Amino acid sequence: MAEVEETLKRIQSHKGVVGTMVVNAEGIPIRTTLDNSTTVQYSGLLHQLTMKAKSTVRDIDPQNDLTFLRIRSKKHEIMVAPDKEYLLIVIQNPCE
Amino acid sequence: MFPASKMPNKQPPRKQSINIGRGARKRDEDSGTEVGEGADEWAQSKATVRPPDQLELTDAELKEEFTRILTANNPHAPQNIVRYSFKEGTYKFIGIVNQMAVHFSHVGNLIPRDSDEGRRQHYRDKLAAVSYQGSQESTKVAISETEILEEEEPKEAETEAGSQTDMPAAEAAEKVTEEELMTPKQPKEQKLTNQFNFSERASQTINNPLRDRECQMEPPPRTNFSATANQWEIYDAYVEELEKQEKTKEKEKAKTPVAKKVGKIAMRKMASIESQSDDITKVTQAAKIMERMVNQNTFDDIAQDFKYYEDAADEYRDQEGTLLPLWKFQNDKAKHLAVTALCWNPKYKDLFAVGHGSYDFMKQSRGMLLFYSMKNPSFPEYSFSSESGIMCLDIHVDHPYLVVVGHYDGNVAIYNLKKPHSQPSFRSSAKSGKHTDPVWQVRWQKDDMDNNLNFFSVSSDGRIVSWTLLKSELVHTDVIKLKVEGSTTDGLNGLQLHTVGCGTAFDFHKEIDYMFLVGTEEGKIYKCSKSYSSKFLDTYDAHNMAVDAVSWNPYHSKVFMSCSSDWTVKIWDHTIKTPMFIYDLNSAVGDVAWAPYSSTVFAAVTTNGKAHVFDLSINKYEAICNQPVVAKKKNKITHVQFNPVYPIIIVGDDRGHVTCLKLSPNLRKMPKEKKGQEVQKGPAVEIAKLDKLLNLVREVKTKT
Repeated sequence: MAEVEETLKRIQSHKGVVGTMVVNAEGIPIRTTLDNSTTVQYSGLLHQLTMKAKSTVRDIDPQNDLTFLRIRSKKHEIMVAPDKEYLLIVIQNPCE
Repeated sequence: MFPASKMPNKQPPRKQSINIGRGARKRDEDSGTEVGEGADEWAQSKATVRPPDQLELTDAELKEEFTRILTANNPHAPQNIVRYSFKEGTYKFIGIVNQMAVHFSHVGNLIPRDSDEGRRQHYRDKLAAVSYQGSQESTKVAISETEILEEEEPKEAETEAGSQTDMPAAEAAEKVTEEELMTPKQPKEQKLTNQFNFSERASQTINNPLRDRECQMEPPPRTNFSATANQWEIYDAYVEELEKQEKTKEKEKAKTPVAKKVGKIAMRKMASIESQSDDITKVTQAAKIMERMVNQNTFDDIAQDFKYYEDAADEYRDQEGTLLPLWKFQNDKAKHLAVTALCWNPKYKDLFAVGHGSYDFMKQSRGMLLFYSMKNPSFPEYSFSSESGIMCLDIHVDHPYLVVVGHYDGNVAIYNLKKPHSQPSFRSSAKSGKHTDPVWQVRWQKDDMDNNLNFFSVSSDGRIVSWTLLKSELVHTDVIKLKVEGSTTDGLNGLQLHTVGCGTAFDFHKEIDYMFLVGTEEGKIYKCSKSYSSKFLDTYDAHNMAVDAVSWNPYHSKVFMSCSSDWTVKIWDHTIKTPMFIYDLNSAVGDVAWAPYSSTVFAAVTTNGKAHVFDLSINKYEAICNQPVVAKKKNKITHVQFNPVYPIIIVGDDRGHVTCLKLSPNLRKMPKEKKGQEVQKGPAVEIAKLDKLLNLVREVKTKT
């Protein structure tokens, strides 16, 4: 258990990381380092998007599955790592 | 209707005559009252008249009573009418039959006054009356009436042909009456033309008051359920089913009650742990991937360089190459510990192991074993710490999760990466034959005949020990005791004392399994065999100082290389006692390594922080790359290793940092293909290449 906590801490303290959040299967945020309204917004929208992406991948080949989703925008990069029951979302400013 | 009872015919004649008389009287009464007074006269004359054909009956017969029952049934009505019932598909008796018998029917000619017909007649009478007043009117009326008549005549004709109703008779009568009426009668009062003055009668019954009766239950609990049915969801369901089936099969196979119990208990524990544990542990996998991605983002340019960058300047540099620094691996915990060992994982090409310890005799502290992945340069994948500094390590080729380490205090230990412990799985101890001096090198060997894991270790105490992992213990066997030749002295009582040599490095031959080389502190290299424990196969006077590393060429079976703190790197043919090539690097050489992709390329690192890469096929006398690799001065590089797959090397220094460098194209030159010839690849080519070089050298040597 401590290992996961440490890993999340390291991710949060990594260069350029703006925020981290853990969202459960229903789209409800469990852990977050951002403020409430932002968290709720991110979690709701990204949850839907991840479900859609996952559905897409699996529809094409049911034996396949989504492992990672990256959205790069002008300002930063949103990374989503889906798990069986949870969703880990990290927002990072790639340093350039 | 028949009379209630019939008088039997067999009454005595006398009575009969009376009856007859009475019957005659009755008849007379019926027809009229004329004969009433003459009844007495008739009664007096009792003439019994018997018809000639009257039935002769006996008294008994006469007295016999016949019962007649009066019913309302019509005896002429059919009793056996059947109708076809479509419901049952059979003929069925009709229960109720019409019992009415019509004796006489006569069509009457009376019409009620209020009926339509009656009113019409009335109206005609009036008209007829009106016609009397004026001739024109009468003619008109006559005309209209004749018209009406005409109309009626065809009607009459039609209806007469039809059913027996009052209508034709009535109309016929009407016609007659009209003709009569037309002339004599006076006009009656003119009734209103609206013939629909009708009166309506209605009545209303008392309405029952309505009452509402309701009953309401508690609504059943409801939940919303929604799901999607996709191809992959169906696939998932099938896979789950399959797994369940397989599990049940396994359970059936493993049928021991004890095992079952243990299994159950374990299952229960597992279940309880799962429910109690925090939800966050399930994010482990995702967190790991995320960390790597975050790192990739941060070190994006490095990752790109690693994968794609080829130094274009190499074309202009003639034969020299460069080393491009990529990632730098360091850990806070290993900050003051030197890198004492490096090893790439044979299975996962991005994973390597770093052993930390200290070379300083005076400053001995703890040790660390870290595993880094190139995918995550900021944090090690695995980390183990130990009390004594780690001096060497090796990863098993077939079981890439088993790592053997040698410690400064002489112990050896085996770590199993699959198990989550931070402690070694197996450890030697003073009882089990640990070395008395630091272990400088360990190497896994092939599994022995009983499929037990075994490895060799060499140490400064002069022993080369073979360790075998029997079930759960480390068992050691002394293979060789290194003796310094020519140093046997006669001690007291005729004992021969040998001075023990100190082994500092060894390497096993790639093909000839039993042959291996040992380098010593005295600068000698011994060629030994596993089977001979006291004698060496050969001895080479290699260096003036301790031999730091020996290494067989990965392609050529005869060539090996050695380096030493006496600033030199020497390349040997094991059949010849003198080295083929000697290189002086101006600083103590910490480590040498052959490149896995070419038989003529090798790298050497020195304590002045430089890395040297040689390619014998290009330049026999000088390094083609000579580059300072570590940042600060006074930072000694201790080890170097080539990655078996990628064109990178890792370099460890004595500050605990590991730097990853990419070899530029010039350093990786493959033999050029001659035009028209196929490109030959493979070990044979490499061997041939080296052979050619060696032959040149040998020729030179024989000449000199």
